[in-house]
Formats: sequence, structure tokens, C-alpha cells
Amino acid sequence: MLRCMSHSLTIFGRSITTSAVHNKGAKICVVGGGPAGFYAAQHIVKAAPDCEVDIFERLPVPFGLVRFGVAPDHPEVKNVINTFTKTARNPQVRFIGNVSLGTDVSLQELKTAYHAVILTYGAEQDKTFGIPGESLSNVLAAREFVGWYNGLPQNKNLLVDLNDEAVVILGQGNVAVDAARILLTPIDELKKTDITEHALAGLASSRVKTVYLVGRRGPLQVAFTIKELREMVNLKGCSSVFEKRHFDGVPEMVPKLVRPRKRLTELLVKAALETEPSIDTSSKIFKPLFMRSPLSFQGSTSVTGVELGLNSLHGADLENQQAIPTGEKEIINCGLALRSIGYRSVCADPSIPFDNKKGKVINEHGRVEKGVYSAGWLSTGPVGVILSTMSNAFETGANVVEDIKKKVLDTTESKPGYSSIRSKLDSKGIQVVSFAGWERIDEEEMRRGKMLGKPREKITDVQEMLQVADKGDTIAVKG
Amino acid sequence: MAQAALRSVCAKALFTSQPLRLFVVPQRCHSLTRPLLKKEEVEVTFVKANGEAIKTKGKEGDSLLDVIVNNNIDLDGFGACEGTLTCSTCHLIFKKADFDALPEKPTDEELDMLDLAYELTETSRLGCQINLTKKLNGLEVKVPSTINDARSS
Repeated sequence: MLRCMSHSLTIFGRSITTSAVHNKGAKICVVGGGPAGFYAAQHIVKAAPDCEVDIFERLPVPFGLVRFGVAPDHPEVKNVINTFTKTARNPQVRFIGNVSLGTDVSLQELKTAYHAVILTYGAEQDKTFGIPGESLSNVLAAREFVGWYNGLPQNKNLLVDLNDEAVVILGQGNVAVDAARILLTPIDELKKTDITEHALAGLASSRVKTVYLVGRRGPLQVAFTIKELREMVNLKGCSSVFEKRHFDGVPEMVPKLVRPRKRLTELLVKAALETEPSIDTSSKIFKPLFMRSPLSFQGSTSVTGVELGLNSLHGADLENQQAIPTGEKEIINCGLALRSIGYRSVCADPSIPFDNKKGKVINEHGRVEKGVYSAGWLSTGPVGVILSTMSNAFETGANVVEDIKKKVLDTTESKPGYSSIRSKLDSKGIQVVSFAGWERIDEEEMRRGKMLGKPREKITDVQEMLQVADKGDTIAVKG
Repeated sequence: MAQAALRSVCAKALFTSQPLRLFVVPQRCHSLTRPLLKKEEVEVTFVKANGEAIKTKGKEGDSLLDVIVNNNIDLDGFGACEGTLTCSTCHLIFKKADFDALPEKPTDEELDMLDLAYELTETSRLGCQINLTKKLNGLEVKVPSTINDARSS
């Protein structure tokens, strides 16, 4: 009965096939169990029902940035996990967690074992300024801060000092806004989310009152999207305060703009010029600052301020003006500075054709070289919302299937697939985590969350994840 | 059948502690609390980018996303956030007259999401926000190609 209902309720209309795993189709592996990997796999198993797709993930747990990037107060965005779960439970698909490309397995080994390898391992390295004081304590990457409150194992012990009233966030994208919102949201709101307990404890004793969001250009060039801005201007107990002088000429520009810039600018103008901030002593302040670039971080051991150089904007195309330093400087005092100016991918294996300058894999529509593909942020660079990653991953998936059908990939050649990789992992003593293993972690996290009155309390330690996952099941090695 | 199944799932989701993560979230079951007998069927046609027209039916009060889900209409990636206004993957394009006749105008939150949709038009709406009424019987809407790439069919 349940199975029957699941058929009638498939969100994307695709019923779960019940056929056993075949050996005759192409064997494909995906490296990276985030949205790009799951969407690519979803497309391939639908378009080529005789394929096998193995998804390797470095952590024991799946879903990448949907678990570790999406803010805890945006649970709706995580509904995509339902579709990923359905893909993972498809008999053609196998999830294999706790396997790292470059250390546990090489690209060459994967190419030997599979007809096609799809690289979807994302963009994990944050860009730095390369200015004095960047290594002071409490100068952090916004990404690390996000990892801290979202339970990313590598950031669980991050030292975040929230004892100063001011925080400077450098960058005006959605990650910067997420970090600002988490710092300014009333703690009682955060308690209802799946934010990690260690972050909740830190934020509960936070003395932060003002968060600056610094951009080198003006209101017409902000990178965050309108939903994130609207949340900030509507945030309980917090006033958004703008410098009106930076909006000279901006209202007049609005009619000439097109969506999405048009509506975003309209809302900015409304918030900056038409709303009087109601600041009482208890109110927190969100303060976007424009036309400033960081010159140095001040302080001897821990950051005490950020030195900013003022810019003016030049260029006829007002939406794409360039920032030129005016030579004037100012210092904003703060006890925490977050850097949020974008990411780059790492080259996980020396044989990956990689553009070091752009920080992404060299590819054309997801085609890297014969038998190697890419999708998601590793392929496009770290921009865009889930829709962009979905479309990009579907495109790569479609190209893989096209190459199989056009015999660009020789699928008549027999490939060992997972069995050969598994024996290599076994010989290295690496414990892999199946999707059933993840489901045990999932269940345990929800149980712990329930005790705390939260939807979930994430396990943040890899060893503990492995212990919870390991209840004696094995990943089928047939095929 | 789909309706009955959905109802029993909702009931299950409400009365058991067992999580039913594969299924639609409970808040999307709102239409089922209305009396079922009075509901009339409304015919809707979804036209894919490759020209294929899918004629189907929904009940009064169902959203266009509900219609796609309940009828198992195969549109890859459609409705990724399951009707919670946090993505734009249920983007649909209406004929001008139909668009103008829709009883409820889009909210700021819907427009915020539409801003990020591909192939946005002046007559675009999110399917999760359009609830069927008798007046909409015979409605024909276009599904943008980026949601359902012709190569995937």
C-alpha cells in the first residue's frame, strides 16, 4: 500500500523502478554527493534505465551544501532532499560515503572501473584578500562560520568570539547575508531550527548588535538576491540602516532596469530612502556599506577593526561600473570579521584538467575529456541557486546519455564498476557508508533533535557518524 | 485514487511519529480539508517546450503543482521545494487573457522567486501559487524548456 501511494505521489512524476540491477548498461560514477551529483544521477537513471550510477561522497553523509550550506532557518529549501532520497533508493543507484577522491581513490582508478566519471565535488576553498592582518584570530571565512553553525565536521571546533558589539562582513552576496541574519536573528527563533547546539550556545551569549555588510561597489551591484534582502528588512528586532548618499541617482535608474535587478533595486531604494529605521536601544542593526574595499585587518592577536579604502564608481554602464580607490581611508572597529567574496574549487586529483586561475575544472557543457564529465559549482564556478545547479546537472547528465547512445563512450567494453573500487578501499581499511548507513545517522540525528525540541541535532564528528552508520550492513558489490 | 492516497498519507503524517519524508509535506494538504463532494473537476493542459500537450484534470482548490504531482506528470525537476515558495522550478507561462483573469495577483514573495526563473515572461506565475477554480476549466499553460529539456524526454 505504501509503495502504491509512493507511486501516486512522486513529486517529479517518475515512479521507482523495481527492476534488479543489470550488468549490461553503462557503469557511471559521480564524485560528490551534493545537489549536482544527485541531479546528474537522477537524470541519467531516468534517461538510461540500464545504467548503474554510483555516487561517491567524501563525508559519511550525503547532500553537500543542502545540509552544510543552506541556512538552518531556511528548512523549506531542504525539501530537495526528498527527491535526492528517492534517487538514492533507486535500485540503479548506489551511495558510497566516506570516500575521498585524490586520497582514497584516484581519478585513473575510477576511469578504469567505470565507463564515465562525473566530477561534482563543488567549490570548497574560500577566496582570500591577501592583505595584512588576514591571519589574525577572529578573521574568518564566512564559509567556516556557516560550517560552524551547520555542523560541518571540519568546522565544529571553530573559535568564534562574539563578545564585541560589531561584526564586519566583507562581501555582499547571499552567503554574507545568511551569516548576517544568523548573527542578528533572535535566539528563540534559532532554537527551533536544526542549528548545531555548539553554535546555539555561542550565539545565545553573543553581544553582537551591529553587523556591517561591506561591498566595494554600490547599490546597483549587490550580489544578494531579493528574498534574502526582504528577510533582512523584515527581521524581528533588527533595523536595516543604509547610507542615503550612496543612493543618489538610484531611484531614477529603477525604470530603466530589468528583472531581477529592477525589483531588487526597488526594494533597496524603499528600505534605504522610504523607511525610517526605528532604532531603540534594544534593536540590532544591519548596516550595508557601499564603495569600500578592505586594506588591512587591525589588531595584534585578535582583530579589532578593518581598515577600508573608499572607492568611487566609474563607467558609462551603470550596472557594471568599476570601483576605483579615491585614496581616502577609514577604520571600522569590530571584534569579528568574516570574509565572503566567493569560492574556488580545488583540484582534487592531479590528472583533472583544471583552470587554476578560475578555480574550476576545464569543461565544455560538462564534458571534460573522454569519459570524464563535470557538473555543479566545480563546473560553472560557485554562483547560482539550486535551479541553476539543477539545470546544469541535468545538462551534463543528458550529455553523458547522448555520448552513450552515440557510442562516443564504448559501453560494450566490460567494466568492473564498484567491485574493483571496493576491494581497493577494503585493502586500505576504509569504512564506507551506504545509504542505509546514512538513514541510521539521519534517524539518530532526528532522535537527538527531538530531545532538544529541534527538528534535528546533527552529528558533527566523522568517527561518530561512522559508528552510528555501521550496524553491520554492507553495500552490495554485485555488478 | 491519488486523492484518497494523499489523504491517507496526510492522516498518517499527522497521527504517527514515523517520519514520511518521501511524501509531500503536510502543509500542502490544505485543499483536502474542504468538503470533497462539492469539488468539481477542472481540465488543465500543460504544453511542454517540445510542443507535447498533456491534458489532465485537477480538483477545485488544487494548485497546479498538486495537479502535476497527483497525476504523475513527468516533468523533471518540477516543484523542487514542494510548494514552499523557495525556488522557481514550478514556473509556468500563461496566456495573457488567462493571466489577467487569475483571481489572485502574485505576492511579493512569489515575484521574488519568479525573478530567478529562467525564460521569465510578463505572464509567468509559479504553479504552486495558482489554485484551480471552475472558471479555469480548459486552462492551457506552457512549461518552460529549462525545466523540461526536450532531450530528456
